[in-house]
Amino acid sequence: MEYLKAFLVGGCICVIGQILIDKTKLTPARILVMFVVAGCILGGLGVYGKLVDFAGAGATVPLPGFGNLVAEGVKKEIDEKGISGILTGGIKAAAGGITAAILFSFIAALIAQPKSKSNM
Amino acid sequence: MISNSEKERYKNIVDKASPKSNVLSDCLKAFWVGGSICVMGQLISNYLKSLGLDKGTASLYTSSAIILLTVILTSFGFFEQIAKYAGAGTSVPITGFANSVCASALEFKKEGIVLGMAAKMFVLAGPVIVYSTVSSVIVGVIYYIYKYTSFAK
Repeated sequence: MEYLKAFLVGGCICVIGQILIDKTKLTPARILVMFVVAGCILGGLGVYGKLVDFAGAGATVPLPGFGNLVAEGVKKEIDEKGISGILTGGIKAAAGGITAAILFSFIAALIAQPKSKSNM
Repeated sequence: MISNSEKERYKNIVDKASPKSNVLSDCLKAFWVGGSICVMGQLISNYLKSLGLDKGTASLYTSSAIILLTVILTSFGFFEQIAKYAGAGTSVPITGFANSVCASALEFKKEGIVLGMAAKMFVLAGPVIVYSTVSSVIVGVIYYIYKYTSFAK
């Protein structure tokens, strides 16, 4: 059941992206930025957290989950550290994902020969 | 004067000549591939939790694993083929973010490893990081004010 929920919710978020790609003139990069900002706003309001509770990875793996992560991070940091959390909370929560993407890509770029262009 | 029937005929010719936008089939492909990536995430995350990791750590390792897999597939050129088929199904999940970093790094390696690879890594991921950082600060400011005023009451 857990997997079905993840499949359905994750799939639907991707379909929203696909409709935006097919039906509007927005570039994929802009759509991804919109997704992240939307996730952040919904995360700030506490709405996205409920979707995460319901769908698990179905909500955290798509990009709005990244926006939600920074929103949750900044709220948690403010609760713990006060006003300075406004500056540190967001990136701190996203640090793991960003570092993983940079590190693995860095190693890959040193080893591999260019074959693929970006698909965004 | 162009008669209505001529307009009609012209419209038919145009309709036949223009490529069919298969929005429905695009959406189905995005749906099942995107959904499957999320299921994979859920599987990894459940496995990690069964090892006794807490929710936050499990979620971090899950993202890292998906990012690593994407980087490997991108390096061997397989990701591009999957992405061509799946569209938003691969670009909306964290795979799209990882692919943009890795593919840009590989593509611009020839321009040097400092101003080429390292700088261009963020051509597409940069905007995502910038906008998520700025919106996190806005959320933080609002949350702080909300918290402060609700305590003051």
